[in-house]
Amino acid sequence: MGVSRVRTSGDGAVSRAPESNAEEVGDVSGTLAEKVWESHVVRRAEGEPDLLYIDLHLIHEVTSPQAFDGLRLAGRKVRRPDLTLATEDHNVPTTPGPITDLVSRTQVETLRRNCEEFGVRLFPMGDAEQGIVHVVGPQRGLTQPGMTIVCGDSHTSTHGAFGALAFGIGTSEVEHVLATQTLPLKPFKTMAINVDGTLQPGVTAKDIVLAVIARIGTGGGQGYVLEYRGSAIRALSMEARMTVCNMSIEAGARAGMIAPDETTFDYLRGREHAPEGEQWDGAVQDWKLLRTDEDAVFDEEIHLDADTLTPFVTWGTNPAQGLPLGDSVPDPEALGDDNEKAAARHALEYMGLTAGTPLRDIRVDTVFVGSCTNGRIEDLRAAAGVVKGRQVAQGVRMLVVPGSARVRLQAEEEGLDEIFTAAGAEWRLPGCSMCLGMNPDQLAPGERSASTSNRNFEGRQGKGGRTHLVSPLVAAATALRGTLSSPADLADEGVDADVDAGVGASKERS
Amino acid sequence: MEAFTTHTGIGVPLRRSNVDTDQIIPAVYLKRVTRTGFEDGLFAAWRKDETFILNHPAYAAGSVLVAGADFGTGSSREHAVWALMNYGFRVVLSSRFADIFRGNSGKQGLLTAQVAQDDIELIWKYLENEPGSSVTVDLVSRTVTAGDIVAPFEVDDYTRWRLLEGLDDISLTLRHEQDVTDFEGRRPAYKPSTTVG
Ligand code: SF4
Repeated sequence: MGVSRVRTSGDGAVSRAPESNAEEVGDVSGTLAEKVWESHVVRRAEGEPDLLYIDLHLIHEVTSPQAFDGLRLAGRKVRRPDLTLATEDHNVPTTPGPITDLVSRTQVETLRRNCEEFGVRLFPMGDAEQGIVHVVGPQRGLTQPGMTIVCGDSHTSTHGAFGALAFGIGTSEVEHVLATQTLPLKPFKTMAINVDGTLQPGVTAKDIVLAVIARIGTGGGQGYVLEYRGSAIRALSMEARMTVCNMSIEAGARAGMIAPDETTFDYLRGREHAPEGEQWDGAVQDWKLLRTDEDAVFDEEIHLDADTLTPFVTWGTNPAQGLPLGDSVPDPEALGDDNEKAAARHALEYMGLTAGTPLRDIRVDTVFVGSCTNGRIEDLRAAAGVVKGRQVAQGVRMLVVPGSARVRLQAEEEGLDEIFTAAGAEWRLPGCSMCLGMNPDQLAPGERSASTSNRNFEGRQGKGGRTHLVSPLVAAATALRGTLSSPADLADEGVDADVDAGVGASKERS
Repeated sequence: MEAFTTHTGIGVPLRRSNVDTDQIIPAVYLKRVTRTGFEDGLFAAWRKDETFILNHPAYAAGSVLVAGADFGTGSSREHAVWALMNYGFRVVLSSRFADIFRGNSGKQGLLTAQVAQDDIELIWKYLENEPGSSVTVDLVSRTVTAGDIVAPFEVDDYTRWRLLEGLDDISLTLRHEQDVTDFEGRRPAYKPSTTVG
């Protein structure tokens, strides 16, 4: 059982502070994840999973219809519409006009009817607050430290960047949360991902998380909540932290978390749903307790050296099949066990790659900048900084899809849209878009992309499409050169790119 | 969820083993937005064949499916249970079920009763010789009765209790609704509301 309720220290004494009150946040010795868990236990009984309270339930059109239908069939209501929020994101077109695909349209229309009937607030297509569910929550200040957050979407782990326990759930669990605002949950184990040192210019949060996944594998996080720690993590902006936590699920983890600090509080202060006045002060006091205690023990711990990290790209068909951009396509026969060899052989065949080819020689057809991983304002700034005053390479299509309507507006205020269109890129409306190709933004069979999204599975971006996962900086440089590249490669050509964008602890609003 | 104590209905002999969820309901039916109406997708590929058992008028209104071993393997889709129940099935008998399918069934109120393969064979023969005959499944005594055949079946205690009480996951949690309400009273006031702000 991973969640240790009360820890015993070496001398056998229970390490819970004597004056502690079990109802309050952060008074139980343990890891960050355990503290958030403990403060949400509604009911605990021997031999049963803990019943946890859910502070925020995010909803979108793909995984909610049957949950609402289930409520209707059983004559139930949504218990807490005020802790529930819906957006339209997965299916929405990113060009003006209605949804043409029938299934997509039905899902969106069903969501609208359901939200109306059950009294759930919805940000529909065209609304100034619409966007990808994991971009909308944080930008409104709804995602706060110490919360439990769920959504019928695996990338809910994004919200862990604030020190929230946030994870994806299935449709029947969506129904359960709608009806009860709780979930019976099996305990998890904890893993510390320590990233110390300083990132080199041009190396970003995306490179950190791709390196982590390559290290522990797509199943390495199974059953764990990951906590990202260390000086390199502390130096990241909130948006960069979201990129890291977002991809925890690609290592198989339930969730990823980062302890809240001044960067978190600065980001939250003044946002629509953030506490105000005295409530703010009280909240910050509680939030400061949300950190892993010195004497707490993780079930697993790994270390990564930020100084030696370089831009990372994937070469295969799962997010763990990645390497530094300076490397070559690996030889499957030189990899791990038989399973890994077979997977790599299969991946190379699907990707149309030959072992030994320098990754930098791989030519792409499409570049996608967007998604809940890298569709925030800092990501767009980073990409714009690279393409500014330059042209997208002949034969390359570059799609820039903001993560939300607000991100789009902010980018337009800053003139980023003009930078992109002047370079020959397409500037789109917000949505999930080519991250999963549920809308018309898809790769054609055999087409190859450099994508800032999170999954390079076969067919993810369109049937037969080939995906290389990259950071926004690598995506932008790749669009300009036509082959997988980093901004440093442009500098070699006598152009100096603004490679620092999106890396530092920017406190800009999105 | 409707409580289940005993059920009597037409038995359908499905002489196939390894029936996976894609055969129970093909993927094309998964795009729907409702939880009902999946009966047309049940065994869709097989029903195109005139000789398929459910196309036989005597069995068409069946509610007790008597299947071969390893029923419900493959992808974990809950739609497989919905399709069987929407069609009218309340019970599936088999000598072995896939775990996830059995779990999904228990949550939705479909009884998966594990019967020894020898008894399955006897029930098959009986139902084939007397098309349209009824089968009685008694969850209290854990027995299946088909004509002269009386066979015991296995179902785990927890699932049996839930079915007898008619408790789905949500009902189970709602038994502790007071705990939820109490917890809500203790939540810090600064926690955000989606409707304010
Ligand atoms: S952007 Fe991609 S990963 Fe994120 S919510 Fe949308 S489809 Fe899922």
